[in-house]
Amino acid sequence: MQRVLIIGAASAIAEATARVYAARGAALFLVGRDAERLAGIAADLSVRGAAKTAVRALDVNVYEAHQAVLDAAWSEFGEIDLVLIAHGTLPDQPACEASVELALREFSTNGLSTIALATAIAPRLKAGATLAAISSVAGDRGRASNYLYGSAKAAVSTFFSGLRQRLNADGINVLTIKPGFVDTPMTQSFKKGALWAKPDQVAHGIAAAVDRRRGVAYLPWFWWGIMQVIKNIPEFVFRRVKL
Amino acid sequence: MTEPGQSWGRYPRARQRIAPLTDRRRELPSFDGSALPYGNGRSYGDSCLNPGGTLLHARGLDRFLAFDPATGVLRCEAGVSFAEIIAMALPQGWFLPVTPGTRYVTVGGAIANDVHGKNHHGSGNFGHHLRCFELLRSDGSRRVCTPADELFAATVGGLGLTGAITWAEVQLKRVPGPWLEAESIRFGHLDEFFALSAESAHSHEYTVAWIDCLARGRSLGRGHFLRADHAPGEPGLRPPPSTARLSMPFTPPLSLVNRLSLRPFNWAYYHRQRAPRQRASVHYGPYFYPLDGIRDWNRMYGPRGFLQHQCVLPPGSARDGIAALLGEISRSGNGSFLAVLKEFGDIPSRGLLSFPRPGTTLALDFPNTGPAIFALLDRLDAVVAEAGGAVYPAKDARMSGRLFRSAFPQWERFQTHIDPQFSSGFWRRVME
Ligand SMILES: Cc1cc2nc3c(=O)[nH]c(=O)nc-3n(C[C@H](O)[C@H](O)[C@H](O)COP(=O)(O)OP(=O)(O)OC[C@H]3O[C@@H](n4cnc5c(N)ncnc54)[C@H](O)[C@@H]3O)c2cc1C
Repeated sequence: MQRVLIIGAASAIAEATARVYAARGAALFLVGRDAERLAGIAADLSVRGAAKTAVRALDVNVYEAHQAVLDAAWSEFGEIDLVLIAHGTLPDQPACEASVELALREFSTNGLSTIALATAIAPRLKAGATLAAISSVAGDRGRASNYLYGSAKAAVSTFFSGLRQRLNADGINVLTIKPGFVDTPMTQSFKKGALWAKPDQVAHGIAAAVDRRRGVAYLPWFWWGIMQVIKNIPEFVFRRVKL
Repeated sequence: MTEPGQSWGRYPRARQRIAPLTDRRRELPSFDGSALPYGNGRSYGDSCLNPGGTLLHARGLDRFLAFDPATGVLRCEAGVSFAEIIAMALPQGWFLPVTPGTRYVTVGGAIANDVHGKNHHGSGNFGHHLRCFELLRSDGSRRVCTPADELFAATVGGLGLTGAITWAEVQLKRVPGPWLEAESIRFGHLDEFFALSAESAHSHEYTVAWIDCLARGRSLGRGHFLRADHAPGEPGLRPPPSTARLSMPFTPPLSLVNRLSLRPFNWAYYHRQRAPRQRASVHYGPYFYPLDGIRDWNRMYGPRGFLQHQCVLPPGSARDGIAALLGEISRSGNGSFLAVLKEFGDIPSRGLLSFPRPGTTLALDFPNTGPAIFALLDRLDAVVAEAGGAVYPAKDARMSGRLFRSAFPQWERFQTHIDPQFSSGFWRRVME
């Protein structure tokens, strides 16, 4: 039985991923802001085959509360085989440009809090375990339309890259997940085109990347190609592009 | 994948705003004008559309609340699909008590059309297996409805107009496994269908017939009668069919279903089985959901979409009425790929507007070739009206308000239960 801890468990991608593990009979510890909402998700996961579920409320921006929640997860399950850090918001970029306070809070939610959690989780993991976080293709290059979000995700990606090197010798896999456009409540107001993926497509991609102990997973895979192109546009051209 | 805002027949085309429902505990999203819940768009015509208004997309309500593997009682949100229920429950020995011919319907959509399956004669409609559900209305009120309530009768078969169903509790059915023992019997004439149907109603759980709707004269109504029962799997007998799916990746510029393709298809389908009787163990997938294996098969009918016509004729007039319908179709030359014929049992439906009633039901698909097809459908409706029958709203895009109101005489009582903020393209059309 796999023991899985998910932070940000009410997000659409996290919930879809939890269903994949529930169907495999895993035990799931769910952390998120709204305990009542988590209880509903936990009930669903039990019906879908989860061996065990537990929930705990946490606001990721309250850093002092992190250790207590992690203690609760480890004492509940004894050991954790997979941690998925999946929380996040989609900041209003123009609003962040107008408010330093909002910009830093969003950076905390999408970047710093993940770094804080990963730092606290790393020493608890044993050989064979996986620590995964949902970053984003938006972290590969800053774009005028969402660089606050992108820079926070860039911090996560770079932090995870270093952590992966550090924990490699201990047999712990560190996985950076980079989804492209995903059709979730977070992106409800966007017009959807051919590049948009469904949460359960991304969820199966995450489970496959965990199984294969991959380091970085673009989901769906074609985003790897798209981002190679976008990363290689010279800066003097890129500054004039509207993206 | 149907885009929300379209129906399965891809006719009529409608534009409406989409407001997703994702949390059953929250109020309905705010909307201007009228709203209508939308499940997975497996209705054919305009009963799941609300042109110019808002569709409350309920597929996001896809959580299970509770399942008791000892009793088979399932409580789940209204956007859970039948496919998801089977995936969860069948390995534990439970199956849907009633299922339509596709597993991609939602629980909410199945309630709102009070859907029926091949076991209608023994098990009735989906609504007969409902223990209760919660209805959320636009004024923010919530009601848990049980079969004793009038609001239950209005909502079962209520075409989404009485409010949004948030969750429901269903009694599933015990089955020994995913296999069925099926028998296919070739018959040469409509009269043989009625004889086979009468004989099989007592002996078999599932019965249905496929008929060649282009055959005439002495072969009128020839086809294959299928009857089946759940059976213990013989392990190792055969692996379950692969789940790899074909798909119709684009919409061809013209309907691939036309005079050139129909006649040989119907002929070949009728003649594919040499022996008059065949028995086989079949997996539930291809047995119940033969078309689910081809994703987006509805695109095959081209950009103008297609129309389904499903009617039920009462026992007294069924034999001659069905013959008259087949005569009209055969004369017009506008065949249907396959026509489906089935006898309903006499279990009274629970919904004020439920379609199933004692008699014989015939379902046909026609490519939308323009005025000629609408004229043919009107002639079919005239036969139905004459026979005292009804047309199925879930599969209709054009019946007259007059036919609807005479075939569903409880519509006036039903009307008092409509949520004042809810409406649909279908409802406005038949109330004109
Ligand atoms: C290949 C195929 C085979 C079929 N075979 C059969 C068959 O054998 N027997 C049969 O009876 N039908 C059959 N159907 C029709 C299908 O079962 C019905 O149209 C079904 O209601 C579709 O469900 P849906 O979830 O897609 O709902 P939709 O088509 O999206 O909506 C159907 C109705 O449900 C309402 N609704 C949806 N969700 C809710 C909710 N949460 N609360 C309140 N109202 C809601 C809508 O407003 C609408 O009135 C078939 C359809 C196909 C495509």
